[in-house]
Amino acid sequence: MQVNGSRKTSPKNLLWLQSGGCGGCTLSLICAEAPDFLTSFEAAGINILWHPSLSEESGRGFLEILNSILEGNTPLDILCLEGSVIMGPKGTGRFHMLSGTGLPMMMVLKKLAARAGHVVAVGSCAAYGGVTAAGRNPADATGLAFDTKEPGGLLGSDFRARSGVPVVNISGCPIHPGWVVETLLHIASGYFSELDMDRWGRPKAISDNLVHHGCSRNEYYEYKASAENLSELGCLMENLGCKGTQASGDCNTRPWNGSGSCISGGYPCIACTEPGFEEPGHTFVETPKVTGIPIGLPMDMPKAWFVALASLSKSATPKRLKVNAVSDFIRVAPNQRAGKTKK
Amino acid sequence: MTRLIVGPFNRVEGDLEVRLEIADGQVNDAFVTSTLYRGFEHILHGKSPQDALVFAPRICGICSVSQSTAAAAALADAQGVRVPLNGRLATNLVLATENVADHLTHFYMFFMPDFARPAYRNESWFEQIEKRFKAIKGTATRDMLPARAEFMHITGLLAGKWPHTMSIQPGGSTKSVAAHEKARLIALLGSFRSFLERILFGATLEEIIELETLDDLNGWLEKEAPLQSDFRSFLLLARELDLDAMGKSPGHFMSYGAYTFNDGPVFAQGVFAKGQVLPLDPQGVSEDLSHAWLEHRSAARHPFDGITIPDADAADGYTWCKAPRLNGQVMEVGAIARQLVDGNLLIRDMVTRKGGSVHTRVVSRLLEIARIVPLMEQWVGALRPGESFHAREPMPDEAQGVGLIEAARGALGHWLKVRNGRILNYQIVAPTTWNFSPRDADGVPGALEQALKGAQCREGEVDPVSVQHIVRSFDPCMVCTVH
Repeated sequence: MQVNGSRKTSPKNLLWLQSGGCGGCTLSLICAEAPDFLTSFEAAGINILWHPSLSEESGRGFLEILNSILEGNTPLDILCLEGSVIMGPKGTGRFHMLSGTGLPMMMVLKKLAARAGHVVAVGSCAAYGGVTAAGRNPADATGLAFDTKEPGGLLGSDFRARSGVPVVNISGCPIHPGWVVETLLHIASGYFSELDMDRWGRPKAISDNLVHHGCSRNEYYEYKASAENLSELGCLMENLGCKGTQASGDCNTRPWNGSGSCISGGYPCIACTEPGFEEPGHTFVETPKVTGIPIGLPMDMPKAWFVALASLSKSATPKRLKVNAVSDFIRVAPNQRAGKTKK
Repeated sequence: MTRLIVGPFNRVEGDLEVRLEIADGQVNDAFVTSTLYRGFEHILHGKSPQDALVFAPRICGICSVSQSTAAAAALADAQGVRVPLNGRLATNLVLATENVADHLTHFYMFFMPDFARPAYRNESWFEQIEKRFKAIKGTATRDMLPARAEFMHITGLLAGKWPHTMSIQPGGSTKSVAAHEKARLIALLGSFRSFLERILFGATLEEIIELETLDDLNGWLEKEAPLQSDFRSFLLLARELDLDAMGKSPGHFMSYGAYTFNDGPVFAQGVFAKGQVLPLDPQGVSEDLSHAWLEHRSAARHPFDGITIPDADAADGYTWCKAPRLNGQVMEVGAIARQLVDGNLLIRDMVTRKGGSVHTRVVSRLLEIARIVPLMEQWVGALRPGESFHAREPMPDEAQGVGLIEAARGALGHWLKVRNGRILNYQIVAPTTWNFSPRDADGVPGALEQALKGAQCREGEVDPVSVQHIVRSFDPCMVCTVH
């Protein structure tokens, strides 16, 4: 059998811009490991036309690249936006003028999107507005193709890039470096299509997972042995606002910075991959409840079953878990008597 | 006279535009513009105080832990909580990791690539420097990225992830360190030290810390071939290009004091001016709005009473950045200020003899890396698994608090007022707000605006490369500056 998995492709030109955000998605990307992100891009033939934190060209040098793209002389295969689109004040976009141009960034983005093979929103701000759109949304921040949960944003829900694919939303606050590297490489391979995206425009390769999968506190969850305060070992769902059972992401099967995740760091998942996460309607680290039952139930679980299973498992909680759940360290170890485990 | 607008000014964090007036081959005047406004202070209004720990780090992706630390310190001040030693050690370790990683990112990715620009192609050193430091393509980035990423495992372990952790709390850390995790921290620091000693310095950290004078530093440079390490390469460039005459400091330096324990900060707090350290009274901090695109009906205010209302048409406005002053004075902040205030002999000698400059700012940052990593080794050694990392106190319904800390880029302050259990006012004054401040009501330019005056243009230059060096020597963070 002859195997030929390679596909002869020309280099893919990538332009990365930042607007109403914090730059944290780039900084997270820089933490990519084994290999580093530049090596990954090189392997996939991704050519960085310009990136605000990486490129040599400043000022005039950048404007030449920009004009060459807008005039059609340099093909733009992948346009990445990090940070929300800033529409304020009063729809003028003056809260973010692209330095050196006298133009609102939102105008430049619109022109570039029309030329791009693929448009990628990196992070929840670019995808949905994110944290920048919290509160009364003082800067009128929005996403590229969503305004929090409503389709629309800067480009509108009908937008398709040259490839025919809608805006790809790699959500997260920040993104995991692996999500960006893998999605961009998938796109560069030429095989990425709308079928690879969920209803929020997210790559399904990531969003088909829940943060709950692989949670190191799974045993506490199973027995509803809950932490009452931050830094305690128990499940964070019942009292401390954890949304791991509802939020998309593979944060506990694909560790952050070597070995981490929000939950292993001792604080709850705040569902930063979900549109509108920035305004949960309650203090982030408190679980809203009705008659003692959390309002937000695990994904796809009928309420009656949750209540029934929760009360059943609570009645069966081992003492070890009850004690450890409200401790900062393991106080009661598993009872490992010799010969106890079955082969 | 030529008027020149440089923007977008990249390889800084966030959005920056610099307007220059050039005559007779040098910069006569400079105006610094922060071009992005988001409104975090408005977003925080009315929120639960605890939620500041979600929003504050997201002001900035590169100073994320610094913003968390300042927010936690302001909340702790309002609550009156006493942090256990383990909590101090763990949160200082996370903050130090961010600060050191930021210094490294600045040196390798933001600052050094300017010496590989075509403007220098005729210099004798160009070929080697270009090979090593060329943006994206240089060999240095490929050495640095894996070492930095592995070093950041400390944040994965102690803070869940970086950026944007919630592990840093008013009462300490949500993550308690177990004995085996302490062992891993020791290994990670050892590996990072090895990178620093082999690649960055070409010397032990102790050798670097022991340099006490400019002569010591020059003597150390002479001991080996100039391109033997990345630090030596920089020192060679500094000598060849007179970086000690470039980007002069206005003269007043401020540090809030870094790495706080219950008995005070490890790096001292104070103001350094004219060879002396003076005590710092944070009551003297005020923010002037006269040249910002903000409603400025009133005189400069203390941040507790600060007001931030955007007005894109404000008269005399040319930036979204306010003009912070300490007792009316322009302050420069950053590693150079921290080391001057703390009394580091090398930096004191360099500033006494040549003043603050591109050269001193960069040496201060690298020296600080050499000073902090051994401190981190000590802090890890002092962690006590099995004892508390986190104390808890309730937030009163009526309270106020201030959090003054040092981010990589310098003094960061959060001022918080709580009424009826909600945030009434939250004002943030970030390091680059100080350094990249616009003019104040008296017309006095900010620190960078002053430092750019007199910058030389090389023959035939359209975009002066000296301006690139001077601006980036401050390691600006524009997303913090205007939030």
